[in-house]
Amino acid sequence: MIGPLIGEALRAMAANRMRSALTMLGMVIGVGAVIMMLAIGKGVEDSVRASIASMGSNLFMVVSGAPQAGGIRMGSGSAPTLTIDDADALEDLDGVVAVSPSSPGAAQVVVGPTNWSTSVTGTTPGYFTVAEVKFAEGQAFDESDVRGATRVAVIGPSLAENLFGGDSPIGRTIRVNQSPFTVIGMTEPRGQAIDGRDQDDVVIIPVTTAQRQVFGTQVIGSVRFVQVKAEGPEVMDRLQGEMETLLRDRHRIREGQEDDFSVRNMTSIMNAAASTTAAMKLLLGAIASISLIVGGIGIMNIMLVSVTERTREIGIRMAIGARRRDVLWQFLLESIVLSLVGCLIGVLVGVGGARAVANATELKPVVTAGSVMLGFGVAAGIGVFFGFYPARRAASLQPIEALRYQ
Amino acid sequence: MAVIELTGVLKDYTTEAETLHVLKGINLQIEAGEFVAIMGPSGSGKSTLMNILGCLDVPTDGVYRLAGSSVGELDDSALAGLRNRTLGFVFQGFNLMARSSLEDNVALPLVYAGVSRSDRNQRARDMLAKVGLDGYARSLPNRISGGQQQRVAIARALIGQPAVVLADEPTGNLDSTTSAEIMRLFERLNREEGVTLIVVTHEQDIAAWAKRLVQLKDGLIQYDGPIPPEFRRHE
Ligand SMILES: Nc1ncnc2c1ncn2[C@@H]1O[C@H](COP(=O)(O)OP(=O)(O)O)[C@@H](O)[C@H]1O
Ligand SMILES: [Mg+2]
Repeated sequence: MIGPLIGEALRAMAANRMRSALTMLGMVIGVGAVIMMLAIGKGVEDSVRASIASMGSNLFMVVSGAPQAGGIRMGSGSAPTLTIDDADALEDLDGVVAVSPSSPGAAQVVVGPTNWSTSVTGTTPGYFTVAEVKFAEGQAFDESDVRGATRVAVIGPSLAENLFGGDSPIGRTIRVNQSPFTVIGMTEPRGQAIDGRDQDDVVIIPVTTAQRQVFGTQVIGSVRFVQVKAEGPEVMDRLQGEMETLLRDRHRIREGQEDDFSVRNMTSIMNAAASTTAAMKLLLGAIASISLIVGGIGIMNIMLVSVTERTREIGIRMAIGARRRDVLWQFLLESIVLSLVGCLIGVLVGVGGARAVANATELKPVVTAGSVMLGFGVAAGIGVFFGFYPARRAASLQPIEALRYQ
Repeated sequence: MAVIELTGVLKDYTTEAETLHVLKGINLQIEAGEFVAIMGPSGSGKSTLMNILGCLDVPTDGVYRLAGSSVGELDDSALAGLRNRTLGFVFQGFNLMARSSLEDNVALPLVYAGVSRSDRNQRARDMLAKVGLDGYARSLPNRISGGQQQRVAIARALIGQPAVVLADEPTGNLDSTTSAEIMRLFERLNREEGVTLIVVTHEQDIAAWAKRLVQLKDGLIQYDGPIPPEFRRHE
């Protein structure tokens, strides 16, 4: 029974090509939008997750300044309240593997005629442990460099490429805000940091050197933030409390007074980022769903017109033996075929659109089988849901009334 | 036993203004193999009677028995089954599916009867040949003349081997020569195949092809008997 009715549905669509095409356009746009939006959402989620993961796990971020609700605002606030001594004290806590007090800033780097604006981080050797930095060439600086405030630098691979082309940077001299530094190491590519900075376009130097010779304005011994790496996930909760107590003690903050620092762990940063991307995905999904519903209403509209136009045909079919459910199926199948064909084209458009976005922007949309299946399922559902009312209307016609219809 | 049996059939149409009594008590028996012409002035209730006979409409009162079952007691689905297998319809306006080939038009009742595709096509071609439309199977209805379209409609009415074929003014849209050809086809089908035929017309030369005449007037049967000798076929 269904077989010949699908033929009828295709024939009806072919008989009204322009109308069918316009009706399907609604579904094409709806499904295409759903797939593209889901792909973009997934792409953003993946890149956020990857950049958080690249910062290393079991990590705390202790930031100068009062805690702020959610979000990540590194390097904000006025005078830094954390000191290198604070960092040393934190390192002595049980369960801490390494700490890295950091003072980031921007600087001009000059090599011969080449002048490059980049970001400079003053830190301690702990940084390389905390951030799990791997070296492509050379090595890290050590404690004696920090103590002696020597002018040595580790640089990122894209900066090396910009300054030296293909040549090895090791042993070369670069001028950072006028001071000459010897390059002793080059990291492997690390990609983007969570705040969007390119971690491959950086200069990493001893924190003491940075404060005395590069960033003249800073208070000597204080840093914007301290990253703390813990042994494992099981000590995170305990350490968080101990770190807060220790720092309140060192900063002489009394009971009831507001902290002048904040301790965030990567889990909470991860959660904040996850809830942001989830909200974005929801928003994108909602926009796309609305266009799907509009497409569905378009189908219902056309099917209602079609039922009215073909009232007489329905009467003839009933006169020669069509049961109500045959008529119901005929029109239901027509709307299902319309929405499925529209959906199929929509999938192609969505996948193509995601490709175009990938080529044209920084985003890396990811089309998943799940989103394609979701698009299909929803389209079939819409075909049934919005096709049912017109089909019911056709099936409930009285044969004699339908035959009389002019 | 009669294939059609009407007892005290009434049909009223109620509009806002009034109630119209269109059929006022019809008693009628038609045996298998009969060829009946129904005549009567315009508005006398011929189409109303045909719609009741065709299970497209239900009487206000009275009993209609078709091929042994009491139509008033059947549900929608059973009525559809009767229309599909026991009845065949020929309309004044042909009522073919414009987008379907002649073959598919003729085969359509078999689709609803659940006959397989190859079987349907074979039977539709045979039936088209029987009404003189050999070789037109793949044509569309708008490619052939009115007379030919009515032959297709007759083929469609006959394909399910119905007990009764109902034709409401089947020649109403045709010229007199073509009308005579259609009636000759009906007469042959009745004589050779034993098809039971009920044809509504208001022309004597059309009714002349039948074997029995039922005259309606004001919702009642005024005459029921053999075709009067003064009715002449238009050959
Ligand atoms: N659906 C209807 N509603 C109201 N009146 C109707 C309806 N159908 C037919 N009639 C009336 O019933 C009468 C008989 O109609 P009909 O059976 O079509 O006559 P005939 O076919 O003999 O010309 C006419 O007066 C017509 O106006
Ligand atoms: Mg009439």
